[in-house]
Amino acid sequence: MQLILQILLNGIALGAIYALIALGYTMVYGILKLINFAHGDVFMIGAFVGFYAGGWAAAHLHEQGMMQWAAAGGIMLLSMVACALLGFTIERVAYRPLRKAPRIASLITAIGVSFFLEYGGQFVFGPDPKFFPTIIEKHLIQIDGTATTNYQLIVLALAVVFMAILQYIVYRTKFGRAMRAVSFNFETASLMGIPVDRVISLTFIIGSALAAVAGILYGLLYSRIDPLMGILPGLKAFIAAVLGGIGNVPGAVLGGLVIGLVESFVAASRFSNYRDAIAFLILIAILMFRPSGLFGKYEAEKV
Amino acid sequence: MRRNFLKFLTIILAVGLAGCPPKNEAGGGGGGGNAANTGGDILIGEYGSLTGSQATFGQSTHNAIMMAMDEINASGGINGRKIKVLTEDDQSKQEEAANAVTKLISQNGVLAILGEVASSCSLAAAPICQSNKVPMITPSSTNPEITKKGDYIFRTCFTDDYQGENIARFAATQLNVKRAAILTDVKNDYSTGLTTTITRVFTSLGGQIVANASYSNGDSDFRSQLTAVRAKNPEAIFVPGYYGDVAQIAIQSRDLGMKQPLLGGDGWESPKLIEIGDGSLNGSMYTNHYFYADPNPIVRTFVQKYKDRYGAIPDGMAALGYDAARVLADALKRAKKLDGPSLRDAIAQTRNFQGVTGTITIGPDRNAVGKKIIVEEVKNGQLALRAVIQPTNTTATATAAQ
Repeated sequence: MQLILQILLNGIALGAIYALIALGYTMVYGILKLINFAHGDVFMIGAFVGFYAGGWAAAHLHEQGMMQWAAAGGIMLLSMVACALLGFTIERVAYRPLRKAPRIASLITAIGVSFFLEYGGQFVFGPDPKFFPTIIEKHLIQIDGTATTNYQLIVLALAVVFMAILQYIVYRTKFGRAMRAVSFNFETASLMGIPVDRVISLTFIIGSALAAVAGILYGLLYSRIDPLMGILPGLKAFIAAVLGGIGNVPGAVLGGLVIGLVESFVAASRFSNYRDAIAFLILIAILMFRPSGLFGKYEAEKV
Repeated sequence: MRRNFLKFLTIILAVGLAGCPPKNEAGGGGGGGNAANTGGDILIGEYGSLTGSQATFGQSTHNAIMMAMDEINASGGINGRKIKVLTEDDQSKQEEAANAVTKLISQNGVLAILGEVASSCSLAAAPICQSNKVPMITPSSTNPEITKKGDYIFRTCFTDDYQGENIARFAATQLNVKRAAILTDVKNDYSTGLTTTITRVFTSLGGQIVANASYSNGDSDFRSQLTAVRAKNPEAIFVPGYYGDVAQIAIQSRDLGMKQPLLGGDGWESPKLIEIGDGSLNGSMYTNHYFYADPNPIVRTFVQKYKDRYGAIPDGMAALGYDAARVLADALKRAKKLDGPSLRDAIAQTRNFQGVTGTITIGPDRNAVGKKIIVEEVKNGQLALRAVIQPTNTTATATAAQ
């Protein structure tokens, strides 16, 4: 029981990070029908901005108490802004010129952007793994044999907060309505006077900021970051988005949690070597039995 | 088949020479030709993990090799000729290690090769050196399989059979551990080799391995495996891996409220271990080749010279790199001719060479025999000497007899 509880806790924390990344995939897909393969690398850039800002803060600010939290918040905000700018630039430079091109062209461009960020990252940051600095003191919390840290709780709390904010934006604001309209039908939305380009830009900005949050939380939880760290979490988050029904916001959250939990249980079993394979098995299973995912609706392809 | 291979090699060589002139080479022997015949500098190749997840292994080794070679050159070189070291970075990847060695041999025409630290990389490179008849000395790869690749492959450190046996014996007899868990890096020949030996010896001494878990080098999340280990409540956890993973395993095990000491081998040896792991490693122990505060004058001079030159305390990989470079230089002086077969014979005849990591004698299986093992403990964020295990006759001969 203790064992299961502990694995559940680990899995939810990991799943929350996948969910945050998956949201970016799903939003972009919902609007552009484009799988933005560079998204995992935006997540990596987010972690690195956090690493450098955190290193600077640890060296220059010797804050105690509340100011520590302010510094940590500032770092997260900085990383979100940096990634939002990056996401905006990627869309503007790489995807917008190809908006009218066949979909495969954008997909290949996305892979190109992904490689550019990965190997550009190796060139700029160096290929050595780096380790997140400590801004906030870590505490161990033990309740009846189940252990957690304040870090894990921060990760969970922040993931929930940002998902709630996103839910609010998508379903309660004018921009969210515009976004849903664009995702429903691109051309009709533009005929109705919705500024499609601006909506798409904002979607990239929001998705990338969420990836930045995921990057920082990942650094907090696992401490090791490197320029190729975005590949596997990116793929798993993509699978999470497909599992939940790509284009569906609550689906992405659920998918992320499922992938995180399954991975944690597999890693704790005798089959721990297959922890990365299991996500892909899930992908194959979905594609075979329920291609539209858990929450997605089936759409016949118009020919 | 053979002719095709030669043709292939020639094409590769031609393309290599025409396309990209070797950047490390300044004067000395021409590319492609054997440097030994040209009368210029003696070219020695080094491949190592200067970047990547085992970066400190390669950096420490490289620093020490350069220091050793500069000293040798300053004191007259090899019968008047200077040694020139060409270094290739393999980014801690085995496929890159194979590429690096191929380039050093076929493009730069080096006479001998030094490297690697990581056993997987040495295993990838050894067959290439063997088939080209270029002697290779690995300073610090401990997997027993490496020197079995052929009669041109040597090692100047102990093997994992010897190291694993001593880790297990130390845990069982000195720490009185009865129930232990083991956490293996399955993508790593060093780790899987050590796991086999530790398991065998530990159980033969009456201990019990209560949990077997595995991970892959570069993983970030170890919590799930550690949770499974925690449920079995072992008294100690063997982690025969590399420092980056070990440090993270230490942190995450403490995050789960686990207090057991971690036990490991020389793959832990890196200044980064404690830097990353911080307080989580206190009480953990590992076996090593040398202790930096050893009062032995050879060690003290080496540590002082290294500190003066690089501003850091040399780790075990530096000590081993230094020894391997000097063993090679010693063999170069003794070699009848400067070619592969003569150099191989000279290295094989190394007897009682006084190194920083102990007396080095190359046994019939081309491994260094009879070396001592140091057990180090992390105490208050610093390394402390816990025990010195002198080679017993049985283990020394056991290693030699393989």
